[in-house]
Amino acid sequence: MEEIRVLSPTAILGYGFPLASFEAGLERDPHVIAVDAGSTDPGPFYLGSGQSFTQRSAVKRDLHYLVAAALERNIPLIIGTAGGSGAMAHVDWNLSIVEEVLRELGRTASIAVIYSDIERDLAVEKLKKGEIQPLGPVDQLTEEDIRASANLVAQMGLEPIMAALEAGAEIILAGRAYDPTVFAALPILKGFDTGLALHMGKILECAAIAATPGSGSDCLFGTLGRDSFVLEAPNPARQCTKLSIAAHTLYEKSNPYILPGPGGSLDLTETVFEELAGGKVRVSGTKYVPTEQYFVKLEGASLVGYRTVSIAGVRDPIMIEQIDSVIAGVKERVADNFQELKDYHLHVHCYGKNGVMGELEPTPVPGHELGLVIEAVGPSQEIADTICSFARSTLLHYGYPGRKSTAGNLAFLYSPSDLSAGAVYRFNVHHLMQVDNPNSLFKMELGRSGL
Amino acid sequence: MRYVKDVALVVRSKNAGPYELTLDLMFPDENTYDEVRGSITKERIAELYKIDVSQVLSIVHFAPAHAVKITLVRPRPSGDLGETDVYGAQQHAPLFDLTY
Repeated sequence: MEEIRVLSPTAILGYGFPLASFEAGLERDPHVIAVDAGSTDPGPFYLGSGQSFTQRSAVKRDLHYLVAAALERNIPLIIGTAGGSGAMAHVDWNLSIVEEVLRELGRTASIAVIYSDIERDLAVEKLKKGEIQPLGPVDQLTEEDIRASANLVAQMGLEPIMAALEAGAEIILAGRAYDPTVFAALPILKGFDTGLALHMGKILECAAIAATPGSGSDCLFGTLGRDSFVLEAPNPARQCTKLSIAAHTLYEKSNPYILPGPGGSLDLTETVFEELAGGKVRVSGTKYVPTEQYFVKLEGASLVGYRTVSIAGVRDPIMIEQIDSVIAGVKERVADNFQELKDYHLHVHCYGKNGVMGELEPTPVPGHELGLVIEAVGPSQEIADTICSFARSTLLHYGYPGRKSTAGNLAFLYSPSDLSAGAVYRFNVHHLMQVDNPNSLFKMELGRSGL
Repeated sequence: MRYVKDVALVVRSKNAGPYELTLDLMFPDENTYDEVRGSITKERIAELYKIDVSQVLSIVHFAPAHAVKITLVRPRPSGDLGETDVYGAQQHAPLFDLTY
């Protein structure tokens, strides 16, 4: 086998793809269809709550085409970070959609499901042995953090996915997985270079975002040879250029030369990007450098409370001039009125002043109108509703110095003015954990499903 | 003195994981990249964002994309209480005042 071909249909399962692009990708005769389904970008809620940031009907639409094509061509379909965050609830949700699609297609398939949830006791034991360390500007982990995680997952490397392929799975649903692994596992199993396979996966993972014009809902195709790989967009409206591919290497990471992952790093210091005719780019020279100890990334999110928000505008110049002291006065009034409630968070975001950048805003100068978002988070929805409602009515009638608009301070966008926004989570684990065996953490279940 | 924004192709920000914010400046060609990159220092960035220099984690020059990448500690982790930009996609505007 001199080359191996990988089709990445879309940046995130559920983001969609044009059928013509997908068919053009299939015409290039891929050996595997792989897709990343996850991201931490949408924030901690999804990992914490077990919900997906994609919609079921959109995921089902994509899976319908992916499952049908993979089974028809007898090539594996590999889905990474199933359900968006890769915890058991996410994976099972994604599995139920695959099963529904199989029933509708009248097909059966052997499905491997790989869970990435970490037993709290195991993590605590590892912590006590000193085998967990912060990843980036994060505090040391504590046992309380581990116990408080609503979901705690580890990011799997190549090994569990390769094991599922060797076990003969036609469809693989992986929990939290290092993004490139779903694209790289089959090539590496077939003896292709690990560094090149992972680097190709790193680019395929975001699909046509790496092409120009970029798109998160279109395909990218990778062909891996013995000493380089070539990327192209099946959609003729998109090109891969040296710059678009190299630029993608920068995306969402802090150092483009050294890209760390489970068990090792990709070293791009010698990488060469070459533009070929026909909108293709060849990449070579990337090396994989295994680490002495195998580390996996742990991700956890814990429940903070429940949120209620109220949105309103201010146009009065006298009030805008003193908005900071008005908000401080309202917060004081709320605290004074609910002295028994200590455990709440009340914040008023000021769009038009520093709503986007918060404390990072170098020029917090208000414009001629402000958009306020009153946000209350409390230990129950009722408390959040109470604090938000009280802050809102206090702000509405707050008497600041020099006030002339004595009928009310706020232009409410909606009635009802307050929106109960439900559970709030925060990331509380972002650490590296040392493991002896990169397979043993991740439980695989293999079964036949469908019809 | 010229503004970097006038010669940059891309000025953007994004999360690099939930705890870091990464800023990319990309230039159209090697000459512009070489001309500008030396003037992008941790001190200049700290000044623009009015933050401590220690909060500027790294500045990396990436020749294949004619790019300079700046990584900051996020003031708050993505989605934390009081946080304002979950994806970190709108934290780049102070770079428009960068000169060389």
